[in-house]
Amino acid sequence: MLKDITIGQYFPGQSLLHRMDPRMKLILTLYFVVLLFVASNLLSVSLGVLVVIVGYAVSKVPLRMLLKSVRPVLLIVAFTALLNLFFVDGTPVFQWGFLTITQEGIRYAVLICVRIVCLIAGTSLLTYTTSPIALTDGLERLLAPLNRIHLPVHELAMMMTIALRFIPTLVEETDKIISAQKARGADLESGGLFQRAKALIPILIPLFISAFRRADELAMAMECRCYRGGEGRTRMRQLHYSAWDYAILGLFVAMTVAVVLINRIPLPI
Amino acid sequence: MNTIIQAQDVHFRYEEAGQGSPLVLDGVSLEIRQGEFLAVLGHNGSGKSTLAKHFNAILLPMGGKVYVKGMDTQDEERLYDIRQQVGMVFQNPDNQIVATIVEEDVAFGLENIGVAPEEIRRRVDEALKAVGMYEYREHAPHQLSGGQKQRVAIAGVIAMRPDCIVMDEPTAMLDPRGRREVLKTIRALNKEFGITVVLITHYMDEAAQSDRVVVMNDGKILLDGTPREVFSHVALLKQVGLDVPQATELCHQLRRQGWKVPDDVLTVEECVTALLKELEVKHVRHS
Amino acid sequence: MSAILKLEHVSYVYSKGTPFEKTAIDDINLEIQPGELVGVIGHTGSGKSTLVQHLNGLLEPTSGKIYIDGQDLWADRTKLRTFRFQVGLVFQYPEYQLFEETVYKDIAFGPKNMGLSQEEIHRRVLQAAAFVGLQEDQLQKSPFELSGGQKRRVAIAGVLAMEPQVLVLDEPTAGLDPRGRDLILDQIKAYHEKQRNTVLLISHSMEDVAKYATKVLVMNQAKVFLYDTVDQVFSHAQEMEQMGLDVPQVTKICLELRKRGYALPDNIYTVEQACRALSRLAALEGRGTSC
Repeated sequence: MLKDITIGQYFPGQSLLHRMDPRMKLILTLYFVVLLFVASNLLSVSLGVLVVIVGYAVSKVPLRMLLKSVRPVLLIVAFTALLNLFFVDGTPVFQWGFLTITQEGIRYAVLICVRIVCLIAGTSLLTYTTSPIALTDGLERLLAPLNRIHLPVHELAMMMTIALRFIPTLVEETDKIISAQKARGADLESGGLFQRAKALIPILIPLFISAFRRADELAMAMECRCYRGGEGRTRMRQLHYSAWDYAILGLFVAMTVAVVLINRIPLPI
Repeated sequence: MNTIIQAQDVHFRYEEAGQGSPLVLDGVSLEIRQGEFLAVLGHNGSGKSTLAKHFNAILLPMGGKVYVKGMDTQDEERLYDIRQQVGMVFQNPDNQIVATIVEEDVAFGLENIGVAPEEIRRRVDEALKAVGMYEYREHAPHQLSGGQKQRVAIAGVIAMRPDCIVMDEPTAMLDPRGRREVLKTIRALNKEFGITVVLITHYMDEAAQSDRVVVMNDGKILLDGTPREVFSHVALLKQVGLDVPQATELCHQLRRQGWKVPDDVLTVEECVTALLKELEVKHVRHS
Repeated sequence: MSAILKLEHVSYVYSKGTPFEKTAIDDINLEIQPGELVGVIGHTGSGKSTLVQHLNGLLEPTSGKIYIDGQDLWADRTKLRTFRFQVGLVFQYPEYQLFEETVYKDIAFGPKNMGLSQEEIHRRVLQAAAFVGLQEDQLQKSPFELSGGQKRRVAIAGVLAMEPQVLVLDEPTAGLDPRGRDLILDQIKAYHEKQRNTVLLISHSMEDVAKYATKVLVMNQAKVFLYDTVDQVFSHAQEMEQMGLDVPQVTKICLELRKRGYALPDNIYTVEQACRALSRLAALEGRGTSC
């Protein structure tokens, strides 16, 4: 049933990662991505692997969640790795017909695999440990300075929140409309593409009408509660960087230094 | 007692309905006093919801005036003062909850008027406790029942510390249990916190629990009085498409048979007492 | 007479195998004879909405069998759709499923899905519209121009037009004012009397059920608590009150008087009945007139 769809990928918990300031988590995720691409040899990139392993261990997010996040990109990873493996010029180590595998090829292939997997695993960790609302909140506040260049940051965040709020409601409503039309003999399961698309009309039209009605009523309710945009607005939930947040940031800075230093170590491949 | 809302000869018609269409409000004058629990009763299309929307300046009168604590609702400068004084709860509990977490939603109004964070926290907790939803403060709205959602919506309004709360058919979409929950909450707010309540409804049993009932019909006020006075007009109420409590109707019918029972009975207990007395007088034996 | 609806040991478990597992209906055995107008009551979560979604195959029972007019509903999945036309289901707030440009087309949606001829569809649309009191000039209007109560009647007509043997209505009066409620219930009663079809009416209001139904099905905690005539069911008023159902005021009043020793029947649920019973009591034993 539609109801079973989960919204976002938040995995509730009380770990240190869960309790970090969402702003810091956003910054660090971005930082981590940059760091992955700064790391240019196998040893330095393995630091990234270490971060992911420690991250998942600390967060207590089960391993199957990690696999779940990585699975969709495995094919792309394999494909890019193969491309790199066979088409990078350099010192050949293996030759068979027109296929040549070079030392550089192996290096790039492994590097790209590790980078992509770490990238997905790391960013997923952000969404696993941060609720959608905290994420929206963190984004809004991080981007708040952009208000000055007339980027409607508050409005975007508000829209995000309302979307998150209404997804379950509309999903449930869709379920109901589907049942109701089925009860009138609507056939949603057979026929060609065109017929199936046509069969959606009795579901989509009521859904749209209802969404507009809800939007109308919600707007009125918001106005009644004195909503007038982001200006002069305060927030109940204040975000505070804790010592722990700064400590992790420090750790990341130290890691950058390490990565740059390790990058210089000559390795066999 | 002080007047909190005053409507003077209010006329209103929806623009999109056109000039020739009948008035939705046709000369309504009403004074709502501080601390009162007022029920506005009427069938669909009687103008009761339209009237309610005049109380916090969602709609402005085409003729006549509406004053909230002396502020003219047509004065745009006072719009947000008026809306802080008069909170509003709507029919559909789903379409008035903005945030994805209960306590965040209760905080929404306070955030809009720029209250300091610690003060918001305090008032949100207070409001949630007042409606009995404190345990659910970290739930997502879609995990709640209709009655619970409606109580969250009420908490969002009372956190603003309004003098008056206007409810536009808050129970119409709820099951009996949800209706009981919400009504109990409304009564408690009125009795314990002294908040003025205007309850728009077409359920006579809800109106029967108020201090004062105003019956609307065709954009006009038909009856205005205590529930006892109003419901004693059994025939008139039925004629305008409203129910009366069964207890009232039973006494009404028995009175027509010559029974000497009062005409202003509302509850089961009152009815039983009156009937016992009359049965005694009639010398009906009982085992 | 054989049952039009027959349920044998029907159970349904939501989200089986997850932490949210919940038995919505539990070992339901029920036989409903053709031509009954059955009032279905029970509070939210009693299983009544789950039950009715089983009657036209929208939900498949976790265990047990359902027979419509003697035929096993789930015997052949390819025929499932034909049962939807035999058991017409009107959902709560059905006006939210209207989608066509005109009232006529919307009512015709069901009959069209049945693959009927143009003439037959036309006949059925007009008949269904008449049952719910829609004027002919309203048929060419957009359903979205109508009032809330009218929209609801259009949606009900959309199901009536399929001419189902069994009509199931899930709280058809939810959110309506007394006048709208009486209108729809009167129309359902008239339809039932004219067509002599089976009707199931789900309601929160015991007063409405008492006024319109021939039989009452009381659901409680995923089980059938009672299935009997209105008179029989109302003699259990006290138990139903304990279940959290709203028992009519007059039933409570008469119950109180009975407790004080007055010889009143135990199944009074309308004001008229109460008035008559009290008058008779007074005429018989004291001095008074009759209703």
